[in-house]
Amino acid sequence: MEISTEEVKKIAYLARLGIDENDVGSYAKDLSGLLGLVELLQEVETDGVHPMAHPLDQAQRLRPDAVTESNQRDHFQTIAPAVQDGLYLVPKVIE
Amino acid sequence: MHNKTIKELAQGLRSGDFSSVELTHYFLARIKKYDNLNAFVTVTEERALQAASAADERIAKGEATPLTGIPIAHKDIFCTLGVKTTCGSKMLDNFVAPYNATVVEKLEQAGVVSLGKLNMDEFAMGSSNETSFYGAARNPWDNNAVPGGSSGGSAVAVAAGLAIASTGTDTGGSIRQPAAFCGITGLKPTYGRVSRYGMIAYASSLDQGGPMARSSEDAALLLQAMVGFDPRDSTSVDQPIPDYVAALDLPLAGLKIGLPKECFADGLSANIAKDIAKAIEEYRRLGAEIIDISMPTLKLAIPAYYVIASAECSSNLSRFDGVRFGHRCENPADLTDLYVRSRGEGFGKEVKRRILMGTYALSAGYYDAYYLKAQKVRRLISEDFKTALAEVDVIMSPVTPTNAFGIGAKTSDPLQMYLEDLYTIAINLAGLPAISIPVGISADKPDAKAMPVGLQIIGNYFAEDRLLNIAHQYQQVSDWHTRIPEGY
Repeated sequence: MEISTEEVKKIAYLARLGIDENDVGSYAKDLSGLLGLVELLQEVETDGVHPMAHPLDQAQRLRPDAVTESNQRDHFQTIAPAVQDGLYLVPKVIE
Repeated sequence: MHNKTIKELAQGLRSGDFSSVELTHYFLARIKKYDNLNAFVTVTEERALQAASAADERIAKGEATPLTGIPIAHKDIFCTLGVKTTCGSKMLDNFVAPYNATVVEKLEQAGVVSLGKLNMDEFAMGSSNETSFYGAARNPWDNNAVPGGSSGGSAVAVAAGLAIASTGTDTGGSIRQPAAFCGITGLKPTYGRVSRYGMIAYASSLDQGGPMARSSEDAALLLQAMVGFDPRDSTSVDQPIPDYVAALDLPLAGLKIGLPKECFADGLSANIAKDIAKAIEEYRRLGAEIIDISMPTLKLAIPAYYVIASAECSSNLSRFDGVRFGHRCENPADLTDLYVRSRGEGFGKEVKRRILMGTYALSAGYYDAYYLKAQKVRRLISEDFKTALAEVDVIMSPVTPTNAFGIGAKTSDPLQMYLEDLYTIAINLAGLPAISIPVGISADKPDAKAMPVGLQIIGNYFAEDRLLNIAHQYQQVSDWHTRIPEGY
C-alpha cells in the first residue's frame, strides 16, 4: 500500500495539522512503510471475531444525574491563550 | 542515601537519623550535579522542601505512611496543580495544570515528596526519549545511549539516584523498556488498576500508569499508594486491593512459568538470551516449573498496535486546538488557520506521523480494513494470552531484543524504532500486567559497553501481587537490582 504525497496533504488537512512542505515526502514514505507492516493483518482470518475495544470488555459505568462539580471557569481560563468576559476568543467565523 | 531502599529510608526518618528536609536537599543537590542527564523537565525545589517539612511534622506526630517523606518524581504526563505539565511537547510548554492527576493526589496524601517532573517522549510516543521537545534524557550507564522511552526520564532518575522512585506510564512498553535499558524495576499494572484521571491521554484503551523503582519491594510500596477505584476515570476498575508488600514473601514452589518460543527466536541478541536463560535457571532453583509454550499471534501485535494506538491518538490529540490551553499560533487568519498552524507548530514529527496514520486508518473507506480489523486481531492476541495463562501462572520473555542503542542510531527510520517494542506491546493490547526486572549487565557486541538487561514477567489480570512476589524472590537471591552505574 503506497500513500502519495497528495494523500498525505489530504489527511493532514482532515486532521487540521500543519506539516512542513519539505516533510510531505518523508511522511508519505513512512506511512507507506507502516501500512506495509499493517498488511500482515489482512492475512489473518477474523470472520466471526468480535472486535475488542477495551481490554476488560466492560460496559460504560453510569452515574446518578447529579451535580458534583463546582464551576471553576475563571480558574480554567487563566491558562487560555485568549479570553474576554469569560468567553474563549477565536478569529471571526461569521462575516 | 540514594542506594537505600524505601523501607530503610522510612526507618531512618522515623528514628530521626535524618529528616525528610535533609533527604530532599540531598536529592536536589544530586539533580543539579547530574544535570547533564536531562532527566528532569521541571525541578520543583521550593514545593519539595515544603512537602518535606510537612512530612517531617507528620512523622513527628506518628502519622506517617511507609512513603511519608520519601523523595520521588513524576513523569511529566501527570497533571500537577500549579506546576508546568508539558508531556514532553512544545504544545504544552506553557501549560500549568489546573488540577492534580489522581496518582499525584494519592501519592501526596501518602506524604511523598515530589522533586519535579520527568522528561519523556513527546505525548509518550517513542521508545528512546528522543522525541521529547526538551531533548533526550541520557542513560547513566552510557551517556551516549538512549534511556529508552517513553518514560525515559523516570528510568534515568531512579537509575542515577536522583529520586528514590518515580511514576511512569505504559502504552506499548513505556515503563518496562526504559526500566530494562536503565537496570531498574518497572511495573505496568492491569488496565484499569491505576486511575488515568489527569494522566494526559495517548491511546486510552492501552494507557496505564505504574511505579518505577530500584527493587520490587519499593515498587510494591509505591503501587499500594497508586491503585484504587476512581469514579473520575470511566475505565477504572472496582476490584479488591491486595496487600502488595505482604505478598512479596510467598514461596515460589510449584510456580508454572511459560516461555513462548516466539520470544526467543531470531532477532534476539545473544547476550540477552543468555542472561534470561540464567534468570530462568534461578527460578527453577527457587522451585518453579518451566514449560515451553507457543503464542502464534504475537507477531501481529506491532501492526495491530500501530493502527489502534494511532487511531486513538488522532482522536485524543484533537483537543489541542489552540483555543482553551496550550500553544496558539501568532495572528491566525481564520479559524482553520488557527487550528492548522497551532497544531503544526506545537507538535513534533513523531506525533504528527501518528496523527496522520490514525486519521488515515479512521477515514471513510478505510475504517473497516484497518481499525476494525486491528480490533479483531487484538481479540485473537488477547485469547492467545488467556489460553497460555490457563496453562501457566506467568509468562516470561525478554523486554527488548537489544541493549540500549546509541542516541541518534534509530531516529532516521521510524519503523526500526517501532520494532523495538515487539515483546512488550502485546501485553497492552490484552490489558495484562507485566513487570520488568534487571537480570544481567552484558555487552551485545564485542566492542560495546556492558549494559543492563531486563526480564519481563507477564501475569494474569490483577495479579500484580504475584508479579511483585516473583520479582522480589529473584531479587532476594541476586544483586543486579542493587548495581549502580559507575560515577553515580
